[in-house]
Amino acid sequence: MASDLPPAYTALTRHPMMPQTNHDEAARFNFLAHFNRFLSGDIGRGNRIAYKNRVLPKFREEHGRNPKHRYEIRDAMNRDDWHRMWSALKRNSMEMRQHFGRQVVLRQLDALDAIASQYNTGSGLLELDSAISQPEYQTAVDIHCQPGGYHGGEREGDVTVGANYDVGLFATTGGALGGLNDGGGQAVVEWAKREYPDWQPARILDIGATIGHNAVPIAQAYPDAEVIAIDTAAASLRYGAARAAAMGVKNIRFIQASGEDLSRWDDGSFDWVQTTMFLHELSAKSMPRILAEANRVLKPGGLIFHVEQPQYSNEMPLFEQFMRDWDAFNNNEPFWSAMHGQDLKQVMADAGFPQDSQFVAGVRAVVDPDIFPPAADGEEEDFGRAAIWNAYGAWKSGALNKVEAE
Amino acid sequence: MSGPDEFDWVSASGHRAKGRRPDYFEDPALDRLYSVVFALAAEVSALRERQNTVERLLDEKGTLRREDIEAYEPDRSAAEERGLATRAYVSRVMRGFQQAVEAMEADEPPVADWVEKLSRE
Repeated sequence: MASDLPPAYTALTRHPMMPQTNHDEAARFNFLAHFNRFLSGDIGRGNRIAYKNRVLPKFREEHGRNPKHRYEIRDAMNRDDWHRMWSALKRNSMEMRQHFGRQVVLRQLDALDAIASQYNTGSGLLELDSAISQPEYQTAVDIHCQPGGYHGGEREGDVTVGANYDVGLFATTGGALGGLNDGGGQAVVEWAKREYPDWQPARILDIGATIGHNAVPIAQAYPDAEVIAIDTAAASLRYGAARAAAMGVKNIRFIQASGEDLSRWDDGSFDWVQTTMFLHELSAKSMPRILAEANRVLKPGGLIFHVEQPQYSNEMPLFEQFMRDWDAFNNNEPFWSAMHGQDLKQVMADAGFPQDSQFVAGVRAVVDPDIFPPAADGEEEDFGRAAIWNAYGAWKSGALNKVEAE
Repeated sequence: MSGPDEFDWVSASGHRAKGRRPDYFEDPALDRLYSVVFALAAEVSALRERQNTVERLLDEKGTLRREDIEAYEPDRSAAEERGLATRAYVSRVMRGFQQAVEAMEADEPPVADWVEKLSRE
């Protein structure tokens, strides 16, 4: 039974950039980890029961048919007493996570800004560009209900949003992403090393890197490679570059740039273009532009790899699609629903990656079982935050890195 | 006391996220009440954990310094005991929701139906 418990917040790995928590701040995060687990595990099944027992029968009675789209289920479930209560609980959990994290960060913001500035001045890992504007899909709402989203802040040049993102992730995920919250990047590395043990990419681009928690493991795993981590949000990059420097990583650079315009890099500049939980933060028009740019900067034979939650398909029950959509409408993830509903293979094909060059792989968070219990999965999966992902990849046609590796 | 130009981290921490919040209930008072109740639940949990820390430190050292409380990190065994206690605490606070799920699964008639039936049979 004990292995089912989320780890204590204090088991988190404290790199020097991580905000300090006092006793009660850590205890509040402990409460949240347990509260989240209760919402998804113990009572999450209430949604399915409410749907089967009363929402679906009522829908059939009113329409004389089954729901045809996840949005029909959403409309019906949003009138159901149970689902409304459950959603209110979950929304409050998200809001508390932000509030608790912001209290931790803002009371020590002077110190955090000073530490970040010290690392960033000395390391050479950070390159900001004030000409980069924030796209509407990043500013329309504050993503994840984090005040300031990835890009805002309390004052000019601060690290608030990056620090708050990092300090609370461990609680939101119940430690499932590991002590450094880098389980996504570790999973990518594990996949690449297992499938292509001899592959040695020399230049790697991570688009939408935010605080670099998923790009840093790649840099660490390929110490001879140069990793470029880009994002439009300076506020996240400032924290991320300082975090990487504090961890002693040298072969990564954090550059403020938009994935929609990679013109500063020539055609064929990279062996590998990576995105991790990024595509769903975009928009219908920007995603194909970014994928086309990624195609252009990839070398022939290079790898593009996107880690995401699974796409909705005809095989996925509409009720599951509806549950996976919860964050889109309740946790400020406005492109989540449309992105997961797209035919990603076709979108990638249109961007220059023919369908026969594409593949789908399952990647799983790599977690230290000595410290953290394995991530929950299956029926009790915490939709949207589970530590199991689908990866959508392609090898750009041309002289084949892939074949050399095999 | 903070001066007029000083950054008020308490006030700033509570700012809302941009993006209109969904209404979960017909009566907005209920939405506000949920926020209060679960913030209090988190505080009680933190208090319980702090008390446990104080007890453990006193057990171990027989005396107490406040900085020891702030710096306390449970070892694996203590973390599991405390984690189990927190899980049990959440379960007590959330009993009504848990039992509502069980009731939906059971899908029973009102007890009054039984009262009526047993009076006849």
